[in-house]
Amino acid sequence: MTNPSNASTTTVHQAQFTGAHALSIPTLRILQDDGTLFAGASPPVLDRDTALHIYDSMVFIRVLDERMLAAQRQGRISFYMQCLGEEAAAVASAAALDRHDMIMAQYREQGALRYRGFTLEQFMNQLFSNERDLGKGRQMPVHYGSRDIRFMTISSPLGTQIPQASGYAYAQRLKGESNTTLCYFGEGAASEGDFHAGLNMAAVLRAPVIFFCRNNGYAISTPASEQFIGDGIACRAVGYGIQAIRVDGADALAVYEATRLARKLALEQQEPVLVEAIAYRLGAHSSSDDPSGYRSREEEERWRKQDPIARFRRWLLNQGWLDEAADQIATDALRQEVLEAVKEAEQVPKPRLDSLIEDVYAEPPPALKAQLEALREHIRRYPDAYPVTSGRLD
Amino acid sequence: MAQMNMLQAINNALDLAMARDESVVCFGEDVGHFGGVFRATSKLQDKYGKHRCFNTPLTEQGIIGFANGMAARGLKPVAEIQFADYIYPAFDQLVNETAKFRYRSGNQFDVGGLVLRTPYGGGIAGGHYHSQSPEAYFTHTPGLRLVVPRDPAQAKGLLLAAINCPDPVLFFEPKRLYRAAVGEVDEDYYELPLGQAEVVQEGSDVTVLAWGAQMEVVQKAAELAGQQGISCELVDLRSLAPWDLERVAESVLKTGRLVINHEAPLTGGFAGEIAASIQQRCFLYLESPIARVCGLDTPYPLALEKEYMADHLKTFEAIVRTVNF
Repeated sequence: MTNPSNASTTTVHQAQFTGAHALSIPTLRILQDDGTLFAGASPPVLDRDTALHIYDSMVFIRVLDERMLAAQRQGRISFYMQCLGEEAAAVASAAALDRHDMIMAQYREQGALRYRGFTLEQFMNQLFSNERDLGKGRQMPVHYGSRDIRFMTISSPLGTQIPQASGYAYAQRLKGESNTTLCYFGEGAASEGDFHAGLNMAAVLRAPVIFFCRNNGYAISTPASEQFIGDGIACRAVGYGIQAIRVDGADALAVYEATRLARKLALEQQEPVLVEAIAYRLGAHSSSDDPSGYRSREEEERWRKQDPIARFRRWLLNQGWLDEAADQIATDALRQEVLEAVKEAEQVPKPRLDSLIEDVYAEPPPALKAQLEALREHIRRYPDAYPVTSGRLD
Repeated sequence: MAQMNMLQAINNALDLAMARDESVVCFGEDVGHFGGVFRATSKLQDKYGKHRCFNTPLTEQGIIGFANGMAARGLKPVAEIQFADYIYPAFDQLVNETAKFRYRSGNQFDVGGLVLRTPYGGGIAGGHYHSQSPEAYFTHTPGLRLVVPRDPAQAKGLLLAAINCPDPVLFFEPKRLYRAAVGEVDEDYYELPLGQAEVVQEGSDVTVLAWGAQMEVVQKAAELAGQQGISCELVDLRSLAPWDLERVAESVLKTGRLVINHEAPLTGGFAGEIAASIQQRCFLYLESPIARVCGLDTPYPLALEKEYMADHLKTFEAIVRTVNF
């Protein structure tokens, strides 16, 4: 029998509304704050090296964030965004992927980059938009990207990467690859039309993409309660015919396990899957934001106790995989390394003037070359006004 | 060579492109088994399978977002937007994403494989939302190429070039010519150059510039002018972004006069860009003000469509006025 409406054909004969909260999706939690497992929880299969790589990546991002927020305050870089409180969500999810899976991020997932091997120098070059930046100094700080480690370059417009991830994963399927695409976004971005478009298209066209939502309670000043009134983001996936799981985003073990299973499902079933990680944005939205105007210190303190790094650290210590003294020494050394990297990246010159017109098209069109030539002549006449480029004109 | 109308030529181009390159994939609303509301993708699903020619859910921002993702993975998506009037929901994906993909990543990633096909233009009683010519919104966006064919042979050659081009291309198809324009088309694979204008008819008194379906209109106007002894040089711009300033300037340096015609509203239309550039380049050679014959600054009307259009009589009048200035 054909069913043109593609809707359930079950009928009732008394009016019956389905409750707005008929779905109440539980949160997977494996690791307790004291570093022991919840009763009934089973730990994911996680070897020592992977666990320590997750930990090191989280600590790296914590140290980098502290230092670079300070650098922004000192006026050394123009802008910064921290990952504070969401390190486990970004890092443990990336750890559950294959290195050849594509990652498409929003902007608060620098932990995933670090896990994939983005170097301290690469972070610095982007933040200082110098001539060694892989993005050629064109985008604001924190808009990272690297083809070598399959991390799609970040852009500011929210949610745009969601339908792109669906298309990317569809292309992976078409090419017969056994890889997936993981797409990060915040709960605020999930209000964009592109969220709807991306999820529905992935579901209908069977794209093996993992949608990973960081629900951290706030989109700048807007609390989640002013963003949506349904049961978070995970329940929406079900409406699109997509399987979903909700997980404690400050619990590295739970994030790892949920993402690992989501990846398996996406590839085996050749269909999308959604992971919603519940965490808390402990820092300000960005260096241009002050959260004291819209939330209380008490609230922040309450969540600070659920530090994802401290929790995972206790588990590693319980496992006997981490040595407390050695860890302290390593973290201190890292702080020093970051300090030195800042000083070095600051000294690297800005990109050359020519790079201004490269990559708009594969080849600069004649009109654009003429514009560059006119600009070069102008700078020659007023070298003092353009100190960044005037000394290095061809 | 075979007789084809513009739709057949486009269908033929897509067929050839899909046959020679596995990475070419066609999709959009009603594009699949049905073959598109204008039949441009007719039989492609039968031939190449559902995975390479398929329907999408009804979401323009989704279609272009999806196409961006596919192109980033190295495919050559040929996405269809059913009417150019419905391109605006995808405006953000096109302007902020497609256009800037290569630039913002320092050439680490690009969506150069992307082609967006869309029927545009009026003259078919399409009212507000089946008649628009939104090209000027996109010519203001560095990173996008924009191409408009005027006849079947050109549609095929330019579309194949667009699919093969390393930059994303918006391909605007004049829908009032879909079945009306019929001509000889080479059945083999061929490309026509992007970014180059074409002198369709040589002349000495005035350069008349247009693109797409309006080439027919300016041709008619030039015939009328010819009867009065005015020799018009007709130039088809073909590519609006990047556009061929050199070729247009060369013509105007010869004739000393320029009339530009387009269907879209006058204010902010692409004729403004051309006029300003030519005025700067050819100032000492211009013998009269550059004339623009365009749609009115109104939404595209239904009942008074004929009055609204930049038709051959309005163009003829502008030619005469320009020559007699």
